[in-house]
Formats: sequence, C-alpha cells, structure tokens
Amino acid sequence: MDVEFQHISKNFGSVKALTDVSLTARSGTIHGLIGENGAGKSTLMKILTGYQSKSSGSILLDGVEVQLNNPGQASEFGIGMLYQEPMDFPPLTVLENFSLGTPHQSRQELHFALKTLSIRFGFDLNPDRPVELLTVGERQQIELLRLIHCSIKVLVLDEPTTGISPAQKEALFPALKQLAADGMTILLVSHKLEEVANLCSEVTVLRHGKLTHHTTAPFHFPKLLTAMFGFVPKRSDRSDTRDTGPPILIFKDIEASGERQGLHRCNLTIAEGEVIGLAGLDGAGQSTFLRLAAGLISPDQGKVILFSDPLPYGAKASIRAQELHTAFIPADRLEESLFARISLRDHFSLREEHGMFWQSRTETRKRAEEAIATFSIKGTPEDLAEDLSGGNQQRLLLSLLNRNSRLILLENPTRGLDIQSGQWIWQHLRDELSPDTTIIFSSPELDEILHYCDRIIVFHDGLIVLDSAVPETSHDAIAAVMTGIRESAP
Amino acid sequence: MKKLILDILLGSLLVFSFTYIVLLIAGAPVLDAFKHIWLGAFASSIKISQVLSVWVPLTLCSCGLLFTFRANLWNIGIEGQVTMGAIGAMAVLRTPVIDNPTLILCLAFLTSMLCGGAWGLFAGLLKTRGGVHEIFGGLGLNFVSQGFILWLIFGPWKRPGIASMSGTELLNRKLWLASLPGWRVATAGIVIAIAILILTWLFLEKSRLGLKLKAIGQNPKAALLYAISPERYYLQSILIAGSCAGIAGFIQTTGVYHRLIPSISSGYGYLALLLVMLSGYKIVLIPILAFFFASLNVGAIQLPIVLQLDSALSGVIQGCCVLCALFILGIRQRRAQP
Amino acid sequence: MMGDLSLPMLIASVLAASAPLIIIALGETLAEKSGVINLSLDGAVLFAAMAAFVVARETDSLLFGFFAGGCAGMLTGVIVGYFSIYLHLSQVAVGFALSLLCRDLAYFLGNPYSRVQGPTMLNSKLPFYDSLPSSLQIILTQPLTVWLALLLVAVIYYFFSFSKAGLCLRSVGENPAASFARGLNPAKIQMLAVLGGAFLVGIGGAAYSLSLKPGWGRPQGAEGIGWIGLALVIFGGWNPIRVALGAMLFAFLQVSGIGLQDLFPGIPSQVFQTAPFPLMIFTLIFMHYSTSRSRKQGYSSGRLQRIAGKLFMSRAPKGLGQSYRQE
Repeated sequence: MDVEFQHISKNFGSVKALTDVSLTARSGTIHGLIGENGAGKSTLMKILTGYQSKSSGSILLDGVEVQLNNPGQASEFGIGMLYQEPMDFPPLTVLENFSLGTPHQSRQELHFALKTLSIRFGFDLNPDRPVELLTVGERQQIELLRLIHCSIKVLVLDEPTTGISPAQKEALFPALKQLAADGMTILLVSHKLEEVANLCSEVTVLRHGKLTHHTTAPFHFPKLLTAMFGFVPKRSDRSDTRDTGPPILIFKDIEASGERQGLHRCNLTIAEGEVIGLAGLDGAGQSTFLRLAAGLISPDQGKVILFSDPLPYGAKASIRAQELHTAFIPADRLEESLFARISLRDHFSLREEHGMFWQSRTETRKRAEEAIATFSIKGTPEDLAEDLSGGNQQRLLLSLLNRNSRLILLENPTRGLDIQSGQWIWQHLRDELSPDTTIIFSSPELDEILHYCDRIIVFHDGLIVLDSAVPETSHDAIAAVMTGIRESAP
Repeated sequence: MKKLILDILLGSLLVFSFTYIVLLIAGAPVLDAFKHIWLGAFASSIKISQVLSVWVPLTLCSCGLLFTFRANLWNIGIEGQVTMGAIGAMAVLRTPVIDNPTLILCLAFLTSMLCGGAWGLFAGLLKTRGGVHEIFGGLGLNFVSQGFILWLIFGPWKRPGIASMSGTELLNRKLWLASLPGWRVATAGIVIAIAILILTWLFLEKSRLGLKLKAIGQNPKAALLYAISPERYYLQSILIAGSCAGIAGFIQTTGVYHRLIPSISSGYGYLALLLVMLSGYKIVLIPILAFFFASLNVGAIQLPIVLQLDSALSGVIQGCCVLCALFILGIRQRRAQP
Repeated sequence: MMGDLSLPMLIASVLAASAPLIIIALGETLAEKSGVINLSLDGAVLFAAMAAFVVARETDSLLFGFFAGGCAGMLTGVIVGYFSIYLHLSQVAVGFALSLLCRDLAYFLGNPYSRVQGPTMLNSKLPFYDSLPSSLQIILTQPLTVWLALLLVAVIYYFFSFSKAGLCLRSVGENPAASFARGLNPAKIQMLAVLGGAFLVGIGGAAYSLSLKPGWGRPQGAEGIGWIGLALVIFGGWNPIRVALGAMLFAFLQVSGIGLQDLFPGIPSQVFQTAPFPLMIFTLIFMHYSTSRSRKQGYSSGRLQRIAGKLFMSRAPKGLGQSYRQE
C-alpha cells in the first residue's frame, strides 16, 4: 500500500513540531526517515497511526484520502507502528503483551503464533515472563512480532534496533527486506545512518520539523549529515578557550540506571573553569550524567565527588550539591524547574537562601525588577511563570542562578528558543559569569556544542564513546560516533 | 468576573434543583423544608449563637486544611485530630492539682494543640517514612482515636456509676469557656477562630512558609532544585493542620459540650474538607462558607421534629454544592482546552 | 455466648459477615484495575443499602431489592466515571464529596423506613444438607450472598487472569497510552469497569440491609465498611483472592470482638465494635510497610521475608488515578 503525506503540519500550542511536510512511501519499499532529536520524525509517524492528531494536511493510502483519528482506525487500514519508547505493559507477560490488540484467538493459537514467529526472526522469548524483566530490545521484539502477526500492510519502525544485539540485527534485517519484498510498506525512523543505508531504498531527512533532503540509494553520508545537523560552523566563530583550574567534579566507576540505557563504566574528571558539551542522541546518557552530578539521582555503584566531597546517597544529595554551589537547569522548564502558577517575584523569594520567616515583598520585588532589566525578561514581577515564553522562562532560570554558583549544569539550555534568545543565553553564560565557573551542558545541536565548549564528551548507548578537546576533533567525527558508526567518519 | 457570577448562579440553580428533586422523592413539602432550615438557623439570637458555635470548629478545621491542601496533601485524618485535641484538653481539665481555672484552661488549650498536632504528624510520618498514602494513614488514625475516646468514656473516665454514650461527667462550671449573657457561644471560641483565620492568612500569604508549601504543592520535583525538601514541609503542614484541629477539639470540649462525648468531632473535620474544596482553597471565602454550612447544619436540626425529615438534608445540600462546583470547574476546563 | 462459639460456628459467622465486604471490595478492585479510584465507596454502600431495603419492602421482593441496590451503586459509578474520566477532575476530590453526599442522601431518603420490618434473606439449606456431618451443616447453612461472594471471587479471578476482556481492562490500568496505541478505547473501558464495579458495590450494600444487618436505620451498621473495602483493595495488592482473604480477616476480627466482649465485661462493647477498624487498617499498613522494606533491600534478606514478600507483594496499576487524554 502506498502511503502519501500531503502538507502535514502539527502545532503543540505555539510550538511548531511539523511544517508542511509531504512525502510518499511506496509499496514494497523500505523508506528511511532520519533527523536529529526533536526533528519531528516520530510526530509525523504518530500522526500516520492516529496516535496524535494533525493540525493540517492530509494522508492518502493508495491515492485515497483517509481519516485516521485513532490507532484503532489506522489498524483497520493495516497500519501498525513500533514506537520508540516501548508502548507495552511491563507487569503483563510476554504472551499477554503479544495478544493485546490482536484479533481474538485462543491461548494455544497465540502461543503457537508467537513461537513460530520467534523462530523465523531468531528471537528467544519466554511467553510467560513478565515484560518488565526484559530488555528494551526484547520488548520491541514482541511488539514487532505482534504487528507482523496482525498481517499489517504498512509497518512503521521508530528506532527498532535500540538494544538489539548484532546477531539479532542480522536476523532482523533480512526479515524486514523479505517483508518489503512481499509487498509491505516499511517506514524506518532512525538516526543510525549505516542501518538506513543498509536497508532503505529511499531516505527523507527532517530538520526542525521541515523536510530538508530527499534522496534515493546510493547515499552520500556527508550530505545526509549536513542535512541532519546543519552546516559546520567556521572555526573563527569559536569562543576563546579558557584556562582551567583544579578538578572539581569526579565520577568514579559510576554505574547508574536512568533514561533508556543508564550510564555505565563512567570515569571522568572535570576541572574548574571548563566549559563542557555533552553530545549524544536522545537518551544516550547525558541526562543521567547531569542528574548524577546535581545529586538528583544516586548511582547504583561508584561515587560522585563534588568539590572533593563525595555526594551522599538519596534525597540529601541534591541539597548537599546546592550547598556546594552547584546549580542545575533541566530541559523541561515548567515540568521540572519552575512553578507554573507562582509569580516571578515569588520565585526570587523561594530562591533566597537565608531568608527571614516573612516574605520581604519590596526586596524581592526589587530583585525581580533588576533581573527583568538585566536579563531582558519580557514580563512583570507579578506575572506567573507559565505566562512567559520559553525564552523568557530560560532567562528567568538564569537570573535565578545563584551569583556564587561554581558549577552550572544545563540540560539542553536553548531548547525551544529562537536564535537570538539562544545567543543571548550563551553570551550571558560565557561572559557575564566569573571565568572560573564550570559549565557542563548537553545539547542535541552539534553546532551549539562545537561553538561554545572547550571539551566535548559524546555518549552512545549509556557509554562515553569520545572525550576530547574541541580543536582536536571534527564535526563529522562527532556526528559519526553519535550515530554509532565505529570507524572514523567516511 | 461576569463569568464567575454566572458560574455561581448556575451552581446555585443546580444545587437547588437537585435538593428540590430529593425533597420531592422524599414526599416532603419543599418550601416548608427550606423555610424551617432558615428559621432553625436564624429565628432567634440563641439559634444564631448556635450557628456561630458550629462556625468556630468548622473555621478552625478549614484553616488547618488550607495548609495541607496547599502542599497537595489530603489530610482526611482531621477528624481524629479534632478528637485527640478534645481528649488532650480533657486530660488536663481532669487534673486536680492546679486550682487556677484560667491557668488550667490555658494548659488545656496548649495540650489540645499538641495532641492534635502529634496525631497529624503521625499520619505525616506514615506517609514520608512508611510510604502509606495519607488518606489511609489518616483513616486508620481516625478509627484509632474513635476507639480511644470510647474506651475513655466507658472506661477510666466514665461517669460514676453509669457509663453511657452520653459522655463523661460535666465539667466544673468554672472550667466552661464563658459566653456573653443571652448567647450560647463561647466568646473565647470566636476570638480564637478569628485569630487563627488572621494567622492563617498571614502565614499562607505573607510568610515564606506559605510560599514554600505552594511551591511543593505545585511541583515537588522543582522544589528540590530550590533546596526545599518536600518531606520536611509535608510534615510541617500536617502538624499545623493537626494543631488547628486540636484547638477545635478544645473548644468543643470546653465551650460546647462541657464534657467528652463519643462524637465530639461531630463530623466537622470531614465537613471542613468539603468546605475547603468548595472555597477553591481561598481563605477569604472560608468564613463565609463556614457560616453557610454551619447555618445549614443548625437549621436542619429541627427538621425531624417539625417535618419528620432526617437532619441529613444539610449534608445532602453541602455535598451537592461541592459536586456542582467541581462539575462547573470541569466543564470550564474542558471548554478552555482545544 | 463465648461458650457456644465453637469452631464451626466461628467459621460460619466469619463467612456470613465477610460476604458483603468481599463483594464490595471486588467491585472496587474491578474499577481500580482499570485505573480509576472510586473513593465514594463508603457512601455508595449506604446509599445502595438504603435503596435496596426500601425497594425490597415496597415490592416485597428480595430480587428487586438487590437489583435496586446494584442500580443505586451504579448511579454513583456514573458520577465518579463521568467526572474523572471525561472531565478529568481529581478522582479523590470527586469520590470524597460523593461519599459524604451519598451517606447523607441515604439517611435522608431512608428516614421513613427507619426501624421497620422488611424482607430478609434467610439462610438457605443445601440440597444435600441431611447427608452432611453436623459441623459442616453449621458452616454451610448460609444466605445466598455468601455463595454469591465466593462465586464472584472465582469469576473475577478468572476474568482478570484468563479472559481477553479482563486483559484489556488490566492493560488500560497499567498503561492507558499503550492500550490506546493498540486500538483500544481507554475511556470507554474505564467507564465500563467503573460501572460494573459500582454495581457490585451496590449489591454488597444490599447484602447488608437485606441479609447481614437487616433493616434500615441511622446508623445502619455498614458505616465505615466502604473505607475498609478501599484499604483491602490497596493493601490486598489488587488480587481478588487476597482481597477476599483480607475481608475474611476483618470479619474474623469483628466476630471475635463479639466473643471477647463476654470474656472482658469491664471493657465497653463499643470498643469491641470499633476495634476491628483500626486493627484492620494497621494490619494492612504494617504488612505493606514490612514488604516494602524487603522490596527495597531486594530479596537478599531471610527466607521468611522472601516468602512474605511473595505473598504480600503488591503493586498498584501504573496508571491508577490518571485519566487518559489524546495528544
């Protein structure tokens, strides 16, 4: 079945996730969809399955426009999707997960079907095991088998090879090719270029919700990487490298769980005054790293040593880290770091460290007004945090940072900001703060990392795969290790 | 503003129609029922003072609940906290050592706060240490305090000779909270309630504690990034709520019943939960709504005598008010979303 | 009294006293497995008990009475379901307000029927009664509600563990987004579960006013039962069999309270009537606490704890208390 997207747009409130995307996936082919995190690939696919609604545009199946309002309708047309985050039921068994959403069949029939399909794809699944004991890869295997069992005609795969062993990959890929050869339409969302090149006959690249590139095999990797990550910045734009001091943050044999892969075998020393960028695909371990340093999560093994002081385990760690002048600004501002229905001024009152019992209205008001002026926040002290735009929320968070912070951890600091706001934020971070302040930030934008940091650490599947001073590496090399290409860039 | 008035009108209409239907089903004269509730609450100064004597504990409990609701805690254990406050007060009042009534009353007041607060803290610790949801910890403690007060009334503190549901022996007159001539409400109770109202307003709106509780209630995750430990403030808020409830118990003992009875809390804790929900957690509405709820409660007392109706009608109206308010809120939120 | 409380008698009275509570707790289990907390239980039980008694008396039919009880329960389910699933309001707030409203509504509407005679379900003799030994005769002579309750335990257990519909219901409670992604309609399934559960709660309420504590009054005698039911479901780990066992434990506490009363004449009977409530809740809390500790330490601790951990291991449906909204 041919799948045609026509002028699809999707807005989440004021945020544009997709703008006017049109593409066609032909029956019997594997169509690759690539792009960096947040480029809109998953959103586009979720619109196809009816999981999310679209704001405008239309979807045609074999040339006929269809309405796909929920996944139930989509599956009647034979559309099925393997979601990136496993969409399953962890406490239920493998067989139960396999049977949910399939047409009614007896337990024996399902059991048999699961077994036959497992053998065909070389998967080893115990039907009676609760899914929560399985790895993410195994959970995706069940889902894949279920979709194939439902004899669907359009298969959407969103990052299907996360956590799958090379041997299983070798079984999976020919099977997918066979399915396509049998007439199935397969849409493959991935950021692993080698896989895409291996499987797909056509590739579409999305960046910032827009279609930037479309090509058929054979593929030219540098071109694809440019379409994914934008152009390589000129060296002369780079900020000056700073001098560094004694070590302030040490990770010792850290094993931690969190995100998709957790963080493993992590040993690292960070010196005072460094500006460090954490690169990696979504969920590769950067966020876990930042939260460990901020004391928000405790490692399963190993120690985090902050200013030569091992962080305690459990709830006290975060408060201890703050006593040691460490500040953390998470990516999700309203969810994790601001109080939606509390005014700007009161945020300053909450931030006061040795405040009196009573709120000092005039003083916090003065502080808020000063901050609004110096950080050019568009708003008044009485505005609620939720009424600010993303950029102004980020400025507010920066203005709330303690002036004597010595280590600042930022998770994707320019997320959802326009270019000016982003540049403003960086100007503030690099120039306004004292030069011995250490900054560690993660970002999905390679340009940003290369532009602003002195040292880059690249994460892949919970491991640090590259740790290097910026001048000693290149955009292409980083993009390659980020996307899992082991040998040096093509 | 226009929308708000419209909502209030719509809500009243819904409540009125529901009550009307309920009365019709019960085969009761609708207008007479309303008239008698009105008369029962406002016909004489005695009735009005009765309303006020219900208003006092309701207001006190509501003030306490504002703290816990602000931290997003469901302090359902407030009933038990009132009971424990009453028990604490009574324990002091029964001590024969001290002669000075004012001193005894002051001590009883402090003990009631302490007992209510401790009972609240217990539920809080069950939550923060034991991971037991505060609703179930609170309920369990409510049952415990109920058993405890029954045991006291029928056991160690029973009236000489006969133990009965009607409670312990009456207190010495000197230990009654005084009321103005012709009024049946303890003046001290009203003063305390107003003082607590003002204090609550000050704490919630003017102190950093109130702000921190608000922050924790909205986003406990973010609070941690401001070096505010949610657990610590959960305990503080429930301690304050328990103390307020304890004071309500003190006034029930010394100003209303002048003894300990099994139902000393009279369900005011649960009623205050409804009241605070109805107020939308706004303190300015608390005294007004508490007066409304109290007059319903007092007005319904005479229904069984004049119309052979059960006095639970007041509870029906109160519960219905809250559900209708929630309904309107839900509809409005639904409209606001695309 | 204590003299003739022989073992068969004790078992018989525990079974009889636990039946309505089992039905009520199973109803709540049904709703919570789908992810909705119906906190109105305490009021709903009384309201249904009142409706059942009034209808049974007016029609002189126990069957109509039970049906009316079920419908009255379902009415509360409609409100909880609509408010929480479709209006996305706090399930706790709605449930609590409704609980108090239903209680007072029951007292108000039931007032004319206070302390009047009405139909009562009698103990039914089993067909093979005469061939049984006398101790079994005592145990097995029970009202129909007991058999209904035991049957329901089996049915609900089967429903959750082996039926497709039960699987769908559980999946919604675990992860409504994922069940939506698989083509199910979470809101509809939750609503059905809440209504079905509330119907059972209503039947349980009717079992009080028509069988266990026949008649209506203020107080009826079923006060507080709803809260116990709620606690049973949560601390019984959402497992129908364990929930039923918990209900029997509560009934045992109640029955033995009556027995102990005669042994300790110094302690007032009211204490014995109230004592099972706190005892029950704290037993449950204690069990929860001890297992949660052993869960935290992993299973490295002693063998006894391991067994206890397995027995009392409980985990809430992941989506409990949330209603699903499509993005």
